[in-house]
Amino acid sequence: MDAERLTAPDRDAHAAAACTAAARAARESYGRLVALLAASTGDLALAEDALADAFERALRTWPESGVPDNPDGWLLTVARNRERDEWKSAARRRTVPLPTDDAPGPTDAAAAAPASDAPARAPSLGHDPLADVDPDRIPDRRLELLFTCAHPAIDASVRTPLMLQAVLGFEASEVARAFAVPAATMAQRLVRAKRRIREARIPFAVPDRHAMPERLPPVLEAIYGCAALDWRGGAADPAGEAQYLAVVLAGLLEHEPEAWALAALTTLALARRGPDAAGFVPLDEQDPSTWDAASIDEGDAYLRRAARERGRLATPGRFELEAAIQSVHCARRTGTTDWAALRTLYDALLATAPSLGAEVARAVVVGRLDGPEAGLAALPGEASGFQPWWAARADLLERAGRADEAAGAFRRAADLASDPAVREHLAARAERAAGSGPAQPG
Amino acid sequence: MRYTLLMHYPEVADELDPAMIEEAQRAFASYTETLEGAGVLVSAEVLQPSTNTTTLRLEDGALQVQDGPFADTKDQLGGTLVLDVDDLDAAIDWARQAPPLAWGAIEVRPGAVYTVAGAWTPND
Repeated sequence: MDAERLTAPDRDAHAAAACTAAARAARESYGRLVALLAASTGDLALAEDALADAFERALRTWPESGVPDNPDGWLLTVARNRERDEWKSAARRRTVPLPTDDAPGPTDAAAAAPASDAPARAPSLGHDPLADVDPDRIPDRRLELLFTCAHPAIDASVRTPLMLQAVLGFEASEVARAFAVPAATMAQRLVRAKRRIREARIPFAVPDRHAMPERLPPVLEAIYGCAALDWRGGAADPAGEAQYLAVVLAGLLEHEPEAWALAALTTLALARRGPDAAGFVPLDEQDPSTWDAASIDEGDAYLRRAARERGRLATPGRFELEAAIQSVHCARRTGTTDWAALRTLYDALLATAPSLGAEVARAVVVGRLDGPEAGLAALPGEASGFQPWWAARADLLERAGRADEAAGAFRRAADLASDPAVREHLAARAERAAGSGPAQPG
Repeated sequence: MRYTLLMHYPEVADELDPAMIEEAQRAFASYTETLEGAGVLVSAEVLQPSTNTTTLRLEDGALQVQDGPFADTKDQLGGTLVLDVDDLDAAIDWARQAPPLAWGAIEVRPGAVYTVAGAWTPND
């Protein structure tokens, strides 16, 4: 398309897309480099510091010397030297003698080779674990990094923040905003987690096949947790980052059905979001033409891959069922919502991974199939603090013509909503329901 | 890298069935044999019940010697195993196979320093 013929909003959109692409590329590089640097020493904080130094030096020297042919290789070499200096000074602080104290530069392979009796992971003894990494072919160690961030020995609440910082390069302050905690608190949690990784020696490794069934779920949970964040006005978009992480994870693992399912789920959720809407629009009222068709196709392809990797004999996992539910909703763009399919999927989901949210969602589906009274009967017993329960109940009551009760339930749901846009939407529906109630005169 | 497995479990007040004790001892012996065979066992010790323990404290500079454990909890430290393995995952993998896991909790704690012929040596 000709740049001059673009309208101003088009140009803005293009510029924004270019910015997003550039930021994504930078973050991809960042994650790969941190993963490689950290995996070789077991020290995530040191890897981040070394890489930050390398970036700083790039900003200082590239404008004069020009961008090197292989920027990532350049950054890796500089960061690696920085790490090496750090090991040396750390080693000097100890009483252990350094075998290669007066060694030539770290690019000298002979000097960097491990001493024959050095343990495999003892960088303090002068061993450079990255000595044999070819800067032109940087291996992707982000998978190892993801498993470290979501290791069972790491507090569950810090796993997602750790991924955002280590794999995607977000500042602690940005992560803090996403989690609505003070920046200093988040920074401290991240520092502690990284210290724990180094000092307890949590390995940077992809678990064995026998450990995978227990090690993969926390990784998927942490990525899923990222998708659920509310990052309004922040520097990044959590749903987009979660989708990116899920796709990276699935691609690197290759054959894990639930990883592909999470990629599908996050992609489909993103596809339905449409452009930055001014307010909250419930699924029913969304115009399918505003959905991103290419992303829906991409999500559906991931879902098919998940089913294929699972094989016909195995039962679909929780994320595959959730992704299938999203896919059914997305299929409305070419037809109508298949409520019967949704009921089957929710039944399966409740059998696999029971949750209050799924029970409430199933009741809504029952309401569409068998009428609102049946839906109300299918709702679980009162969940006083659970906003979706009140919103679902309100909607079913309204459909059943019980306007007064509906208005009360909508008000209750609005009070419980944490998202201002959702609260506004529910409050408006409460008012509408109250206005149509028989008790209202006129 | 050394890790100490701290085995905590409830102490049984009544006399245990000798057959059960024997079975537990056999399981434990086979476990430590496996550890030894893998070249990861540094030391292992099963402790007497906490009814036989004595705790020392200084209170206002004065020595207090009391019978009983330092904390009177349902679970008590019943034994320790010191392993020398590559990383936490390896330590966890061994810990999950420890017979005392069937009746209590196992804490996997990385060591900081240890002595070799009386000289302190960093753990790495």
